[in-house]
Amino acid sequence: MIHFVLLISRQGKVRLTKWYSPYTQKERSKVIRELSGVILTRGPKLCNFVEWRGYKVVYKRYASLYFCMCVDQEDNELEILEIIHHYVEILDRYFGSVCELDLIFNFHKAYYILDEILIAGELQESSKKTVARLIAAQDSLVETAKEQASSISNIIAQATK
Amino acid sequence: MAGTSIMETLFQRDLDDLIKGIRQQQIKESLFISKAIEEIRREIKSTDLPTKSAALQKLSYLSSLHGADMSFAAFHAVEVMSSPQFFYKKIGYHAVTQSFNDDTPVILLITNQLRKDLNSSNQFEVSLALECLSRIGNVDLARDLTPEVFTLLSSSKVFIKKKAIAVVLRVFEKYPDAVRVCFKRLVENLESSEPVILSAVVGVFCELCLKDPRSYLPLAPEFYKILVDSKNNWLLIKVLKIFAKLATLEPRLAKRVVEPICELMRRTEAKSLLFECIRTVLSSLSEYESAVKLAVVKVREFLVDDDPNLKYLGLQALSIIAPKHLWAVLENKDFVIKSLSDGDYNIKLESLRLLMSMVSESNVAEISRVLINYALKSDPEFCNQILGSILSTCCRNLYEVIVDFDWYASLLGEMVRIPHCQKGEEIEHQIIDIAMRVKDVRPALVHVCRNLLIDPALLGNPFLHRILSAAAWVSGEYVEFSRNPFELMEALLQPRTNLLLPSIRAVYVQSVFKVLIFCAHSYLLHKENISSVNTDNLASEVPESVFARMSCENSDFATSEAPASSEQHDSFNPRNINQSFGDLSIENGGDATVSNGQASTSASLGRNSFTHESIVNLFNIVELALGPLSRSHDVEIQERARNVLGFTDLIEQEILNPVVQGEENLARAETEASRVVKLMCDAFSEELGPVSTSAQDRVPVPDGLLLKENLADLETICGDIQLPLSSSFSLSSTPLGEAVDISRTNLQSKDETEPSHESTSLLAEHRKRHGLYYLASEKSEGASNDYPPANDPMSQDKLNDDAEDLLKLTEQSLAPKKKPNQAKPRPVVLKLDGDEISIAAKKPELKGDLLSGVVQDVLLGNDGVPSSSRSNRSENLSGKSKGKEKLSTDLSLETKENVPGEKMPDHVNTSSRRSKHRSHGKERRQKGQGKDGEEKEDNGQKEKRKSNHHRGKHKAHQRADEPLNVVAQTPVIPDFLL
Repeated sequence: MIHFVLLISRQGKVRLTKWYSPYTQKERSKVIRELSGVILTRGPKLCNFVEWRGYKVVYKRYASLYFCMCVDQEDNELEILEIIHHYVEILDRYFGSVCELDLIFNFHKAYYILDEILIAGELQESSKKTVARLIAAQDSLVETAKEQASSISNIIAQATK
Repeated sequence: MAGTSIMETLFQRDLDDLIKGIRQQQIKESLFISKAIEEIRREIKSTDLPTKSAALQKLSYLSSLHGADMSFAAFHAVEVMSSPQFFYKKIGYHAVTQSFNDDTPVILLITNQLRKDLNSSNQFEVSLALECLSRIGNVDLARDLTPEVFTLLSSSKVFIKKKAIAVVLRVFEKYPDAVRVCFKRLVENLESSEPVILSAVVGVFCELCLKDPRSYLPLAPEFYKILVDSKNNWLLIKVLKIFAKLATLEPRLAKRVVEPICELMRRTEAKSLLFECIRTVLSSLSEYESAVKLAVVKVREFLVDDDPNLKYLGLQALSIIAPKHLWAVLENKDFVIKSLSDGDYNIKLESLRLLMSMVSESNVAEISRVLINYALKSDPEFCNQILGSILSTCCRNLYEVIVDFDWYASLLGEMVRIPHCQKGEEIEHQIIDIAMRVKDVRPALVHVCRNLLIDPALLGNPFLHRILSAAAWVSGEYVEFSRNPFELMEALLQPRTNLLLPSIRAVYVQSVFKVLIFCAHSYLLHKENISSVNTDNLASEVPESVFARMSCENSDFATSEAPASSEQHDSFNPRNINQSFGDLSIENGGDATVSNGQASTSASLGRNSFTHESIVNLFNIVELALGPLSRSHDVEIQERARNVLGFTDLIEQEILNPVVQGEENLARAETEASRVVKLMCDAFSEELGPVSTSAQDRVPVPDGLLLKENLADLETICGDIQLPLSSSFSLSSTPLGEAVDISRTNLQSKDETEPSHESTSLLAEHRKRHGLYYLASEKSEGASNDYPPANDPMSQDKLNDDAEDLLKLTEQSLAPKKKPNQAKPRPVVLKLDGDEISIAAKKPELKGDLLSGVVQDVLLGNDGVPSSSRSNRSENLSGKSKGKEKLSTDLSLETKENVPGEKMPDHVNTSSRRSKHRSHGKERRQKGQGKDGEEKEDNGQKEKRKSNHHRGKHKAHQRADEPLNVVAQTPVIPDFLL
């Protein structure tokens, strides 16, 4: 299974973290520090796998972002690479040629998309179309809720409560 | 109040503002964040939901990316999560999922909320709850929400169903009894036509299989169907993983799947699937020659590919197959060696591992040569990686690949001189280890050590100090093999030794002492020989030191039949033995000379140089160098230096100033001095050997020993002692001191002892409790108790064996070039039973856990009582208080490890026996568990299952009637698969 997903920029800034196995906040920071040290220093044209504490970390660089996933020894590295690519493609479709800034400012969106692709550290949806549809449906649900909440009448109603 | 709420709503910074703020404040980011958190702490207390949720969203952002602590907001997250509006609910769930763990106290509060959302009509709310459960589910949540998850498993919406299936994995893990409820429904989904569902179920089984494959053997037909029918690569990869586990357990299954997998391997375009096929074949189907050949062809394609990923995976695949089919590696030897100079560290490492797997007796020298040359050129990290793997490969199974130990000694010496070498500890250990274990290597090793000691440059490298310590010890302990003790002494006393750590310097001083005594002794013998040619008792006093050593070994044999305790005792008081045997030796010394002829040559070489001036010079050097050390701040150095100086004071005048004194005086003094020297020499000539970790077992508990007293103090004492205890060769660094210590403690313990009968039982109990720290003593007490010394006479047989082995080896030798110099027989390597245990300890143990126990119950129709009663207990306990909750889970974990573990070996057996009785009970239970409206569904399900199991059950009936259950494996499972 996938133990965690990390998105790290080339400068070492963390852009997204998702933990499927229990790690304390302290461990999380340590893991991020360690792995960004290992991965960011690896040059281009090297293989995309790093052995780390008995696990394997599969990473791939897209533009200025490194997508990393930590998996068990038995897992198939190439499959994980495909999952990463799958995620990137869906992000790309959603944001329209995604860039790092999209992910920075739509932090939660990136999470929700990931949540539709992976669950409990396993791939749950291999169809890009389905994911896109599900995300769109949830977005509209959120929008209506938001509109309701932020309408002037609602604010006045709250204020005069 | 209302006013502030509006103000907060309107002027609150939202997430976007926060992100922008952080991006602008490049310099004082941490300050900005702590300020933002202050703000959030205030806002999150607001009663206004939008304000609260915006604060929570900001906080979860900061926690996720900047590592901010968000435990203080746990309760607020629960509040936001329970909002009816999806937008806020989502934020709340996200925060909860991200920050909660088993220790979060408010986790108990969310059970009802989760239940409500799991039953919601909005599928996205259900999905949020499922995701949350998959991440933070603990024992209580898993138990309480099992019914809801069970219901969702048959949801009509694919979107929900697939998530529910994925969550089941977490639920099973936390609350194994859920298997009884959910398992059948899960299995049914294996026949789902929806690829997403199928993929989810297979994913769950894949994870379950990795932990305990045996339980899922009965599902093999379903998996087989997927393997043959499916076109979905994601799915096929998972199924292959499952078969990789199952095929090793059931050979007939392996036979069945090997063809479809080969077909897949030929057909597929996807590299990921191809690699999974290769890995499955190489790891689990390695008996099928044709499949392996096909896989190796595919591996070769990977190796020659430009993609470094494929190259890496190809090498990995080779290392899987290396132990079983070495030819596959040898066939690709060129690639492997070429990869050693790849730009990618990971690939280099992998090829190094492969190269080491090729090592055998015949090519170890050649491969080591290549690698050492390689290490010289490569960067420090990889260089040490190479050295480390050479060292660990060579010492494997008591140096089984080493035939020529002289070569190995020189290799160790060479490694030390590699500039980046940082393997001090390992080399130190091996130098001492082979010196003690392999008698024949000592002359060569002493020579290597002399070269190391004499080089002042090495003293400047702190990584090598430990090696130098070993070298100093070896040179001192086996000084009789030294070609030039004077040179050795100078090396040990050179000024740069002050760069060494005090503990290592102490070893140096001790070695100085040994060398000094050796020289003095040799000098005296030399003189005596000259003066006593006429008196014709040459024979009796020839190389005493060597003889003493021999006599010790003799004594070992002599006492080997005596009770172990006496042997132990003797060896701690070497002087006694030597004394007695020394006396003996004078009586029948004539024979001794003959037997020692060979050994004395090395001494006689040096003897010529033991002139009066050289000895005087030697004493001067020692006094000059050690004088300052006698005031050292380090007690160990100080004490040893004083010992040496005391010794020189004692005999100096008598030995060194013979000219001044008269004839008679001289004779008297000489005898006096020689007596002292001989005494010391005897003390040092006692053979030090490796001590078996189980040696303690052989000491019978003395009658008067009361172990019960002060056991409480033991804990504090053990805390300090544990480290030295764990290393069986602690003798090495302080050879003499240790021995003295032991004898002292022996004495003390004897003084303090009082009669007790409980001692042995206490000891046994202690061992049971702390078994971890002991090696299992596999040998019965009847077995021979002493470890054979290095020059064991039984080696005759051993040599013959070796010769045969060599013959076989040269026949089988895989290396292209055969080494001609192997005519030399392999020297005996001293073995201890402790070593053998460590080798044999690799036996795979069947380990069951609670989960697999339950799964087996469900699949094989076993009785479910023990597990449910167990869980009841944990339920009761966990209900009581939060503090105890952790404990109870631990408890249930513990019990689960015990029970199925015992059950495991014969579970198939019992199930076959039981299946007759249980067949009715099973139906009853099926009815019992389906609650309320689900009864009907369950019936339908039962039908299906029955048809599945029908033949199996039938067969089991027949089997159960047979008196003997000879083939324990077969009864239930195979009928499903074949």
